[in-house]
Amino acid sequence: MPHSHRPEPSAFSQALPVILGYLPVGFAYGVLAVKAGLCLANTGLMSVLVFAGSAQLIGVEMLGAGAPPLSIIVTTLVVNLRHVLFSAALSPYLGTWPKRRVAVMAFELTDETFALHATRFHNQQLSPCKTLAINALTQSAWVAGSLAGALAGGFVPDVRPLGLDFALPAMFAVLLVGQLASRAHVLAAALGAALALTLSQTPAAPYAVIAATVAAATLAMPFTANPASRPPER
Amino acid sequence: MDQQAIFLTILGMAGVTYLPRMLPALLFASRPLPPWLRRWLSVVPPAVLGALLAQSVLLRTGALDLSPGNPFLWGALLTGALTWRTRGFFGPVLAGLALVALWRWLF
Repeated sequence: MPHSHRPEPSAFSQALPVILGYLPVGFAYGVLAVKAGLCLANTGLMSVLVFAGSAQLIGVEMLGAGAPPLSIIVTTLVVNLRHVLFSAALSPYLGTWPKRRVAVMAFELTDETFALHATRFHNQQLSPCKTLAINALTQSAWVAGSLAGALAGGFVPDVRPLGLDFALPAMFAVLLVGQLASRAHVLAAALGAALALTLSQTPAAPYAVIAATVAAATLAMPFTANPASRPPER
Repeated sequence: MDQQAIFLTILGMAGVTYLPRMLPALLFASRPLPPWLRRWLSVVPPAVLGALLAQSVLLRTGALDLSPGNPFLWGALLTGALTWRTRGFFGPVLAGLALVALWRWLF
């Protein structure tokens, strides 16, 4: 359901659900990182330089367990390989951008910012300024949450009574509804959900999201409109 | 591991995270993608969002929770329905958060 004639909301209001999700998750990462033996600087630097929630959580767990650096780096590569799909999926909209700006934007491409930008670009909301602002705001929240968690150390307040742990699922729900533009899109979403849940109950659980995404998109592709008759850029 | 070795590990993690994020966008932005790849990529966002939403709502510490006692299930339904009706963004998220918070306060 594209709604291209509606004015685009501000970068902050679009980033806010992600910020509300990143703060508590970043906080949890910060607590775990310090417990795994990272100093405050390294805890914050990982959030600045890597900026990938699940990979960082896995990384500090492996560091705490004394895993060799190479195995940590290879695991990070595997866990974050799904970003290839995100990056390629956004590429048709970035043809007019200078290469340097694409390189900057890609640095802060996470599951959540990708979901946001995929929906925005699909609705022809292509402002580079808002794109980069959303990225900067969300990473700032991630770094701030990480540092707060590292400083708070063992003291972990319960975010559950405020429902804050629901912020990320809620954002996924909003973004998914915005993506349901055709029967093929609905089919891809349903297959992605079913396959991810099924795979999560198998030893392949760490790869459930990437495997479910590839399989669901492949199965739904024959049902998509031919771009020759209906180009994606309207 | 000392902090310097940890920092070098972080640099390695940063490199293998950045390249998959950056290379496809740079390589494909200037030349048009083949039509079949465009069609495939167009359904990647709903596929990955379906997977992420299902896992974040229905997986509780690794186990499936499809019971009506799962507040995330009702929160996601409310948020999704409000998004469909209002096309809002933060409003539906806030309503979902409020429902989950209220649920936990009541039960």
